[in-house]
Amino acid sequence: MSSPALWLTIIAMGLITYGLRVSMIILFGRVAMPEVLRRALRFVPPAVLAAIVLPELLLPGGTFALPPSNTRLVAGVVAAAVAWRTRNVFLTIGIGMVLLWVFQLI
Amino acid sequence: MPLSERHSAARELRAGVTAVLPLLIGVAPFGLIYGVLARSTGLPAAMGQAMSLLVFAGASQFLAVGLIGTGAPWPILLVTTAIINLRHLVYSASLAPHMRPLRPLWKWVLAFLTVDEVYALAISRYQRPPAGGIGEAHWYYLGAGITLWTSWQSSTAVGIYLGAKVPAAWGLDFTLALTFIGLLVPALTDRASRTAAATAGIVAVLSWGLPLKLGLVVAAASGIVAGMLVERGFAAARTTGGTSPGS
Repeated sequence: MSSPALWLTIIAMGLITYGLRVSMIILFGRVAMPEVLRRALRFVPPAVLAAIVLPELLLPGGTFALPPSNTRLVAGVVAAAVAWRTRNVFLTIGIGMVLLWVFQLI
Repeated sequence: MPLSERHSAARELRAGVTAVLPLLIGVAPFGLIYGVLARSTGLPAAMGQAMSLLVFAGASQFLAVGLIGTGAPWPILLVTTAIINLRHLVYSASLAPHMRPLRPLWKWVLAFLTVDEVYALAISRYQRPPAGGIGEAHWYYLGAGITLWTSWQSSTAVGIYLGAKVPAAWGLDFTLALTFIGLLVPALTDRASRTAAATAGIVAVLSWGLPLKLGLVVAAASGIVAGMLVERGFAAARTTGGTSPGS
């Protein structure tokens, strides 16, 4: 994207997010949130996050790769185990990055 | 406003600032990592900061800089921003009845400051107001919101500054995947959400070749539908006395 297009996109992202934040506060009592939307919301985080993470790990640089050449997949799987055990995002990031650097040195 | 009211407003404002301070330990490092990531994907510094100023929503900012880095077109950025920030609609709906007596300016300003942490603090203050502090919770909300906003802007700025100095060989763009792993894994608490994640992840890998990064949107939508279907399967199994979904 060109620089002006990117600026407009960032402004539009801000407007969309603000619109979601302000909508119900301003429209209170005049519109009800559809039930199906309420149920769908719970699955937004796992679906979106997984849709980003899996290609990042399996297709680094856009092409399918397996270990040992795909060090990001190994670091990511270990990081996922850390996340499962500790539920600590910063520990997950820290251990994942350190592993990636160690693999680069090897 | 009468003196006693002004006094309790100031007290609520201070209470809001104090309440959000411990949460900044979690927020500021995210702002820092976001700033570094924004620079490492090649986003100009001013744009990285502008996104924090205008969008002010961590997860969607992380995602946006990742997408910009891979050359995604603007409609994909807008759709993913809307999807990932949809939860704000729920926050908005749950705060609305409490905010009804406020003047419009208060509503517009407080809505802008409503990120996850601020929502959590504000709603619990509205639901359990302290003795004597009834009717002043919007000052608490404002104190928490402005403090968090300021911390997000300053930590982003530091991250952008540092990010420009870190060589690409450090692979800091990998913090995007790691951040999302750290957020995703603990959220996989039940079968429906695991199904949503697995479906979305597999569809995302298979549809990677789709033009315009459409794969991400297709994958997220598939995952959401899959999760809802599994949940409905469970609900149906319970109401009919079945032992397992699909039985």
